[in-house]
Amino acid sequence: MSATGAYAAAVLRRRLLMLAPLGVAVAGGAAFWTMLNRMQVGKFDPHDIGNPMLGKPIPDFDLPGVGSLAGFSSADLRAAAARQPVVLNFFASYCIPCAEEAEMLDALKQQGVQIWGIAWEDDPAKTADFLSRYGNPFTRVASDRRGTTFINFGLYGVPESFVIGSTGHIAWHLAGPISPEIAEKGLLPALRRASS
Amino acid sequence: MIPELGNFALALAVSLAFVQAVIGIWAAHRRDMRLMAATPGLAVGQLLALIGAALALVYASVHDDFSVINVAENSAIAKPLLYKITGTWGNHEGSILLWGLILGICGGLVAAFGRNLPSALRSRVLGVLGGTSAGFLLFCLTTSNPFLRDFPAPHDGRGMNPLLQDPGLAFHPPILYMGYVGFAVPFAFAVAALLEGRIDAAWGRWVRPWALTSWCFLTCGIAMGSWWAYYELGWGGYWFWDPVENASLMPWLTGTALVHSAIVVEKRESLKIWTVLLAIGTFSLSLSGTFLVRSGILNSVHAFANDPARGIFILGLLGLVIGGALLLFALRAPLLKSGGVFAPVSREGALVLNNILLCSICAVVIVGTMYPPFADLLLGQKISVGAPFFNATVLPLAIPVFAAMAVGPLLPWKRGRLWPLVVHAWWAALAATIVAGVCAIGMKVLPALAFGAATWLILGSFAEVVERTLLFRAPVVNSVRRARGLPVAVLGAAIAHAGMGVTIAGIAGMSLASNKIVEAKPGETFSVGGYQWTLLSVQNGEGSNYTSRIANIEVMKNGVPYAIMHPSRRNFVSQGQTTSDVAIRTNLMQDLYAVLGDEKGDSAVLRLHVNPLAPWIWLGAVVMAAGGALSLADRRLRVGAPSRLRNVVPA
Amino acid sequence: MTRWFRFARLKRQKFFGSFFQKRTAFLALLLFCSAPAYAVSDPSEMLPDAAQEARAEAVGSQLRCLVCQNESIEDSNAGLARDLRAIVREQVKAGRSNQQIMDWMVARYGSFVRLKPPFSASTFLLWATPFLALVIGGVAAFLGGRRSPAAPLPLTDAERDRLAELSRTA
Repeated sequence: MSATGAYAAAVLRRRLLMLAPLGVAVAGGAAFWTMLNRMQVGKFDPHDIGNPMLGKPIPDFDLPGVGSLAGFSSADLRAAAARQPVVLNFFASYCIPCAEEAEMLDALKQQGVQIWGIAWEDDPAKTADFLSRYGNPFTRVASDRRGTTFINFGLYGVPESFVIGSTGHIAWHLAGPISPEIAEKGLLPALRRASS
Repeated sequence: MIPELGNFALALAVSLAFVQAVIGIWAAHRRDMRLMAATPGLAVGQLLALIGAALALVYASVHDDFSVINVAENSAIAKPLLYKITGTWGNHEGSILLWGLILGICGGLVAAFGRNLPSALRSRVLGVLGGTSAGFLLFCLTTSNPFLRDFPAPHDGRGMNPLLQDPGLAFHPPILYMGYVGFAVPFAFAVAALLEGRIDAAWGRWVRPWALTSWCFLTCGIAMGSWWAYYELGWGGYWFWDPVENASLMPWLTGTALVHSAIVVEKRESLKIWTVLLAIGTFSLSLSGTFLVRSGILNSVHAFANDPARGIFILGLLGLVIGGALLLFALRAPLLKSGGVFAPVSREGALVLNNILLCSICAVVIVGTMYPPFADLLLGQKISVGAPFFNATVLPLAIPVFAAMAVGPLLPWKRGRLWPLVVHAWWAALAATIVAGVCAIGMKVLPALAFGAATWLILGSFAEVVERTLLFRAPVVNSVRRARGLPVAVLGAAIAHAGMGVTIAGIAGMSLASNKIVEAKPGETFSVGGYQWTLLSVQNGEGSNYTSRIANIEVMKNGVPYAIMHPSRRNFVSQGQTTSDVAIRTNLMQDLYAVLGDEKGDSAVLRLHVNPLAPWIWLGAVVMAAGGALSLADRRLRVGAPSRLRNVVPA
Repeated sequence: MTRWFRFARLKRQKFFGSFFQKRTAFLALLLFCSAPAYAVSDPSEMLPDAAQEARAEAVGSQLRCLVCQNESIEDSNAGLARDLRAIVREQVKAGRSNQQIMDWMVARYGSFVRLKPPFSASTFLLWATPFLALVIGGVAAFLGGRRSPAAPLPLTDAERDRLAELSRTA
């Protein structure tokens, strides 16, 4: 009787062992399924590298302006943000999504949002040309020709936007152009949180 | 008209594949001889339909039929004829069709060469192949149809990616796919065996040639991809541990394990369940590799997953094929008789060790490749896993493989002792030590060790041949006579193992490469790797669909002219893309490698390399594949060899 | 949105010429569209001191080019990679240690920037894989190899079928 029991146990063990590959495959398939589905609705992006600067104070910088306009430093930005939260937008004249984003930035400016811009590795003359062509939504514009400030902000492409809160900390971050949906659901709530 | 015929042929192939699947499995289940006899015909019919579809696409491409969307998007009037033909599989839709065509060829080959398989087994194998084929062809027909039209047709097409306009790359996909898809046959054999509920030595013998053939193609395919990267990407790299490369390496590793474990099934009727799992796993990895890598989870540049229908269809299909096979495995494998007991020190013991190590390497590659998206999904952490990780983890696992593979074949079956290994292979070990020692004087530790390992592998692999022919111990005539009697498979194995040694030597040589980036004015001379390189001039050139800037570089060695090299940069006007055309001068012992970069005023940036033993990396792969092909010629493995099961099922 | 953004970024990369480069080009192996591929760096980037340059290359080859798929900043011709290379070299010249440079990068880009992830709770499974695989393989081989032929398993349906068929044949 016990021999039969041991035998049955051995068979069960064997069956469970043979189920293992299927288990691994099903788990993998389920994970892929989740990833693909979340990717389609934009909830999962394996290529978004995130930004560890979120929640940290802005790095120090002092950048020159574009054309006749004066540039600004991190101190200027902090002082402005202390009065009213600032949207800091990195852009470049050669960047097509930046041009497409210009309209959205303009709409935000009409709503009273304070937007400051930093042009990344761009010829100031071309930046000025870009601003005259697509409109200048920026309260102040600076030029980061060497890309150092860009790197200090942990950026890897343009356009990217930050919300700088009253304490000079980074309250919100977005890689990519601001869409109406993102403005509604992400940017504006972040601005409200930052000012309260 | 022709594209419509192609579309029809594709639809016909789908239907035939479905019928083949149903009839193949049903007939074997019911032991209906008449129906079973119909399956080979269906497989051949499916193949003919697929050939028709592929030819229709080639016809549309060659005749610049831009009303076909696929042609309009990937071809242009000015494109050279060769690339109009090869370009048909150089895009998503066409590559899926090629995939299906090769699967059809596999089915056709089984139908043609499987005459002496037991009819039930052949019927089941063809049924499983038909089912797989039906799924992928349906995918092609419904979500990736290359024959879709759009009117009015544009006057000219958008043209092909210039990087793909390269003879090497043009033939890379068919060879790589032969490897990937070829593993569908061992997979089908495994599933058929599970359906049948029995596996014996004969099964191992039937599976091995198919596995070995696919393995040879996959080896060549991977080597071609690596070689292409070397001469096309222009900075002397040849392996990047990129997800795409890893995806081809995974089935290669398990496929190598499969080729070896099938020997144990054949000789010892052991490792049967494991071999079935390997056969299923290898094809599963091929499928996952070709399809999931394109899903956007690992690489964003593919537009694949952006079409939800495609992503979900393919995942469902993979689930059906892989999940179905593994479910069957879970249900049936416990009932298979497991093999006998064997000693750890024996041929089969060595082969088990080989399997454990190869599969461990494969596990590392899979986990390393998949870890970032999984860590993101499950832990919310963004991490990278790149070349430094793989180098650090794969190397320690590969070293015992190299150590064992040279002498494994010397061990006898069933029960062996380690002492004979020392007796038979001491000279290879001695030579390896000497080489490593001599190399260590002039270079770093790792390359020196790698040269030692290469020597060990190249010499040690032939230890069995030397032993069995009594070379150096008996008169030469005697040895020659014995060599003639040697099974071809023994020689094939020795050559394949030695090929790995050649590749290792090449990799070691590449790690000693010297290179220099210079900004050169015409007439300036630079010294790199013992050669003097002089930029003579940079001139304009023109190709059929591009313009180029060509540098003329004179290379001297000790004041004697050695070579004139012409690296260039091509500008493809219709795509607005620039590619660099590397100049390589090889003498098989080293490559001189020159790349032309940006020009600044009258000076040009040049990248000059001297890569010792570089060609050996790919030469070794060719030797490996040649060894595998030679083994195929062994009479014992020939598919047509008489089988003991011939009259099991009465005709 | 994500999709459009990605596409738009690709377009922008054309302005860099080789921004979108080798890694992508390798994907052409999979037969899909990609863009130009060549990487020839500027010789003036390199440090004059050979030992310092070697150290910079060693550090740089551990840092991921953020806009590329899977290559280090040393192998990439992307604009950002060029800037990061320059920073690595500046810091090497200033005498900062490899660890300090690495920390500087991680502070800005997170552990994503490291091609060889550090050993931590979240990478435990990754680094344990070689050992786990070997142990599982070894245990499986040991159990499989010494399995004593226990009581025979009952015949499967297929076997019963075959038996019936064989006896019919005979």
